[in-house]
Amino acid sequence: MNHRRSHESAVGHVTGKAIYTDEQRPLLGMLSIYPVIAPHAHARITRLDTAAAYEVPGLVRVLTAADVPGVNDTGAIVQDEVLFPTDTVSYWGQAVAWAVAETETAARLAAAKVQVEYEPLPPILTIQDAIATQNFHTSPQVIRRGAPQSALETAELRLTGEVEMNGQDHFYLETQASWVIPDGEGHYQVYSSTQHPTETQLIVARVLGITSNQVTVTCLRMGGGFGGKETQANPFACVAAIAAQITGRPVRVKLNRQHDMMLTGKRHGFLGQYQVGFTRQGLITALDVDLYADGGWSLDLSPPVLMRAMVHIDNAYYIPNLEVRGQIARTHKASNTAFRGFGGPQGMIVIEEIIDRIARTLKLSPELVRERNFYHGSGETNTTHYGQEIADNRIQRVWQEAQMNAQFLERKLAIAQFNSTHAYQKRAIAITPVKFGISFNKIQYNQAGALLLIYTDGSIQLNHGGTEMGQGLHTKMLQVAARTLGVSLSRFRMMPTSTDKVPNTSATAASSGSDLNGQAVKDACETIKARLAPIAAQLLLLLPDEIPQINGKSSEADLLQELIFAEDTIRSRTYPDRQVSFEAVVKQAYCDRISLSATGYYRTPNLSWNPETGKGNPFYYFAYGAAVSEVEVDGFTGTFKLRQVDIVHDVGESLNPLIDQGQVEGGFVQGMGWLTMEELVWDNQGRLRTDAPSTYKIPTISEIPEHFQVHLLERASQPGVIYGSKAVGEPPFMLAMSVREAIRGAIAAFSPPSLEPDHIPLPSPATPEAILMTLEALQQNASSEVLVKPWLIIENR
Amino acid sequence: MPPTPLTFTLNGQTLYLQDVSPSMTLLRYLQQSDRTGTKEGCGDGDCGACTVAILGQDANGNPQYQAMNSCLIPLGAIAGRHIVTVEGLTVEGLAESELHPVQAAMVATGGSQCGYCTPGFIMSLFAAYYEGKVDDLSVEGNLCRCTGYLPIRRAAQAVMQEQAARGSIAAPGDRFATALSQAPVSLPPLDYRSVTQQFYRPTHLQILLELLQQHPQATLLAGGTDLGLDMSHDRRSFPLLISLEAIPELQAIEQTDTQVEIGAAVPLSRIETQLHGLFPALDEMLHWFAARQVRNRATLGGNIGTASPIGDLPPVLLALDATLQLASLQGTRRVAIADFFTGYRQTILQPGEVIVSIQIPQTLFPGAVRRISNSYKVGKRGTDDISIVAAAFTIDLDEGDRIHHARLAYGGVAATPIRAIAVENWLLGKPWSLDTVQQAKPLLQEVFTPLTDLRGSAAYRKRLVANLFEKFFVEESS
Repeated sequence: MNHRRSHESAVGHVTGKAIYTDEQRPLLGMLSIYPVIAPHAHARITRLDTAAAYEVPGLVRVLTAADVPGVNDTGAIVQDEVLFPTDTVSYWGQAVAWAVAETETAARLAAAKVQVEYEPLPPILTIQDAIATQNFHTSPQVIRRGAPQSALETAELRLTGEVEMNGQDHFYLETQASWVIPDGEGHYQVYSSTQHPTETQLIVARVLGITSNQVTVTCLRMGGGFGGKETQANPFACVAAIAAQITGRPVRVKLNRQHDMMLTGKRHGFLGQYQVGFTRQGLITALDVDLYADGGWSLDLSPPVLMRAMVHIDNAYYIPNLEVRGQIARTHKASNTAFRGFGGPQGMIVIEEIIDRIARTLKLSPELVRERNFYHGSGETNTTHYGQEIADNRIQRVWQEAQMNAQFLERKLAIAQFNSTHAYQKRAIAITPVKFGISFNKIQYNQAGALLLIYTDGSIQLNHGGTEMGQGLHTKMLQVAARTLGVSLSRFRMMPTSTDKVPNTSATAASSGSDLNGQAVKDACETIKARLAPIAAQLLLLLPDEIPQINGKSSEADLLQELIFAEDTIRSRTYPDRQVSFEAVVKQAYCDRISLSATGYYRTPNLSWNPETGKGNPFYYFAYGAAVSEVEVDGFTGTFKLRQVDIVHDVGESLNPLIDQGQVEGGFVQGMGWLTMEELVWDNQGRLRTDAPSTYKIPTISEIPEHFQVHLLERASQPGVIYGSKAVGEPPFMLAMSVREAIRGAIAAFSPPSLEPDHIPLPSPATPEAILMTLEALQQNASSEVLVKPWLIIENR
Repeated sequence: MPPTPLTFTLNGQTLYLQDVSPSMTLLRYLQQSDRTGTKEGCGDGDCGACTVAILGQDANGNPQYQAMNSCLIPLGAIAGRHIVTVEGLTVEGLAESELHPVQAAMVATGGSQCGYCTPGFIMSLFAAYYEGKVDDLSVEGNLCRCTGYLPIRRAAQAVMQEQAARGSIAAPGDRFATALSQAPVSLPPLDYRSVTQQFYRPTHLQILLELLQQHPQATLLAGGTDLGLDMSHDRRSFPLLISLEAIPELQAIEQTDTQVEIGAAVPLSRIETQLHGLFPALDEMLHWFAARQVRNRATLGGNIGTASPIGDLPPVLLALDATLQLASLQGTRRVAIADFFTGYRQTILQPGEVIVSIQIPQTLFPGAVRRISNSYKVGKRGTDDISIVAAAFTIDLDEGDRIHHARLAYGGVAATPIRAIAVENWLLGKPWSLDTVQQAKPLLQEVFTPLTDLRGSAAYRKRLVANLFEKFFVEESS
């Protein structure tokens, strides 16, 4: 089935006919809501007066905390996320009230008339400030292997340093959107652009003070998610639901871009402080790291994000003695959340920084030091710091193939030649590996369900628990179902994800969508197949003694072995001329009163995790990749050009190479954006100043090199995963680390070879300014002014 | 007599709108009339999700589909025009095989993932398709967060290959190609009134000046790529808008041996093609000026008239010693652009006065034998970004390769676009050498006191002011 099939909605996409939450046909009497936002990062609310808003024609109601019928909180893990703040504002832009009106314009005008008075309080805006004031959300997390302290003391060489990285806005093209339709009998149909319909359902019910069965949440499709709609959709669905309950009318909300960027959480900025011990050959012998995540004002998903950073601090490297401690800073900013990689990238940036520094200190090439430290062999040297042995280690494979495909060594020589003749522009090439653990760290999330409905004309509705955000999950699920049932894709209608079809689902997150839901879909299809098989046998006039027996198997298994479900027919393996159409079997099943609907279910086996000890086997398997990037840096401006990218990535036996290649390419470019141009800037009042695409720059097509080659690793079937495939959503994001490392190499090349610096403390993102100031600081051998809090600016206008 | 309706053609159907706000954006109108194919990604003209095609004219006056951001264009500005949206590319009930070639290519290459940006890409590709040049530049104003653009690039390449194989831009019977073969539509005058708003589109300069005299509070609308931002989020209402799009004097490009005169309301994309090769500094800056959708609408006069310190083109015009022709009922006057800006978003324009045209001399400074000139723009992102610093340089050399005339002009470093006059004077008579340039650098670093803002620090800006001049020397000398 290795079909390079286009996205199942591709025609809808290109014709504009694909419907998203807020593009549904408007409903009669539908209301819109608009937030009253707080112009302070931290303040006490001293007065809230809504009277003037009611002068605006079309205003129906201003919602405040007093209107919340249930629990005034939308926290996902713990309830620390007040929906309508009553006394304290915790971040700039927090909604303190919402106007409900006949039109969005009326709601906006009314919201502007709500009078709120504040008593400003000092905000905490950086990780450093949170550390200084010991303002943390939780107690520290620790993972330890070996004896890092004594190993550090006895290490041949030691380095101490820190690395800080900025967050990232998701910039999904479709901003947060929800519709809530009350039926007048106490039930609510919610349409939400959410990656986690079940959680949206639970939290809407909690806020309304009703039970989950009163609320149905449906996600038609999302115009991008990337983690930004895992929890962030919930508060907006909740406010719309309250408005719907109070007014009895359908209510819609779609944030404008500025509000979306201002109000919703982002990728966590991180600070890593490390001490590393290593040998003169560049082998790491000990590592001690403190990781601080900027959690923002509430906890949200910060604990698992931090944990994923901690369990990816090793990336692909064996570190015999390691201690990593993690803390979540509480700051007065929007609450940071899931974003592709979920902390993994932040952990891996730290170790890549350390390895580069070791290499430069020892005057070894960074790729050599990387390779020397790879996990290898079996047992101890192939086991992570949290105690999981890497069952199918493909690091060397992707690494060798990527170097070969990219002609790494030849190009390195050519680049040295170029650099020797160009004083003002310098090039560099870098390769970095990715090893990324697949499964939710929280074991209970590793389950999924599906619901298959076959109608008597042979047409089929397929439901599963995953949501479609562009990643092609629905396409893959259709392929899995079609392959398992041996029928054509045209029979299927993929249904919108809905909590009344498949309950108690997990978020479509952690790259797990295809793995979990694919198995559940396959399970449902196999249940149906087992029911259809005896009917097919009857129609094929197959007598029990005509069916070959396979040792030790049941007669049911023998029958399924004998029947071939393919090309919309069912035929006998032994008597290939005997075949019957799928429709005929379905019709007969109905007449024989055999159920034509089935649920499917899956849970990932063999997972374990002890959060107390930080040990276990939290991942079902690992995804691997390696990327080679070449850049050219301009010494006058600090601008860089990405010249060439060559990637080898392991997606197992691809369910759909077109989609998987799209995930690899898109993930890489998103990662490159994070590391090089997407810069979140807050002012000293805590207001996000980069709240629009005019100020927050994601990559355009012009930043993509002509030569950009993606090679999916061949002969890579992954045992135990749906049809041998592998998860692909997040891992490619981290391939972009090669761009950062190449930029570092180019900065180094501005120094004469004998005087190359030992340490290139490149800020992240490596904007032109960061690059030029780093270059200048290295040349003057002084610390650059830009290295201090590069993304907090001082207002001077 | 019933009031005149606002009329335009949408996907072949003529619409007559009564009592709509003429400053309502086209995007908002499409949304409210349940045409949801066109998407809003930002409402700022920066993401391209709302791209539609407008039937305009190319540099030769022939009909041409032009991509533009529907979030920035008010209904008044599209009166009398033909618009194609994504819904217009396919006919209801047609099979998948009857997708437009750019749609079919995007399906085949996996050019859509979440699909939300896709209609905008389709319309950019559509407009480029009928120009016979579908490439990266066609979609540089469209943001996609999912694909990393590679399958979209493949779709563009596939379309180009298809056209090459066929030997013609469009297949026989292509209804859009047929529309392009018709005579161009000239914009009629417009006097549209809603209950609270009025929209004029005069077709004579004299009438424009009279209108301005009568209505000093009126807001002038050229391409609307700046003013449209205010309309997009319906934050501001404009009681009286006057469009500059249909006035011949403002739409002309005149070229003589000694100068080029560009009408103030000529869209930048026309300048880009029509004047290509004349002024390297202008070519270079236009390349980095926003993106295709914006250049199809934005005008040179608008870029000057808004007097933004980060406008891209004023530094170029300063470096080229451009002059401006201004007109009001009181008469006309010609001023040097260096005298035009008086403060942050302030100019010498008097009430009732407009910029008619911009003159750029084509001659060297008297006594010079050779000119070196170019421009530079540095942003966080190379493409479609607002500059941290923009710079344009002109150096005229005498026979001894000494600097005879110097213009070093910058954007993003002061309250207005500005020249480094002290350094220009210091350079005069000095040899055009790396040594001279390196001596000038410390002077340049100190000549301005730029601000720190979200785009860049004052320190970085100061370095760019100096480094860009050295870059200019090195690149132009090699």
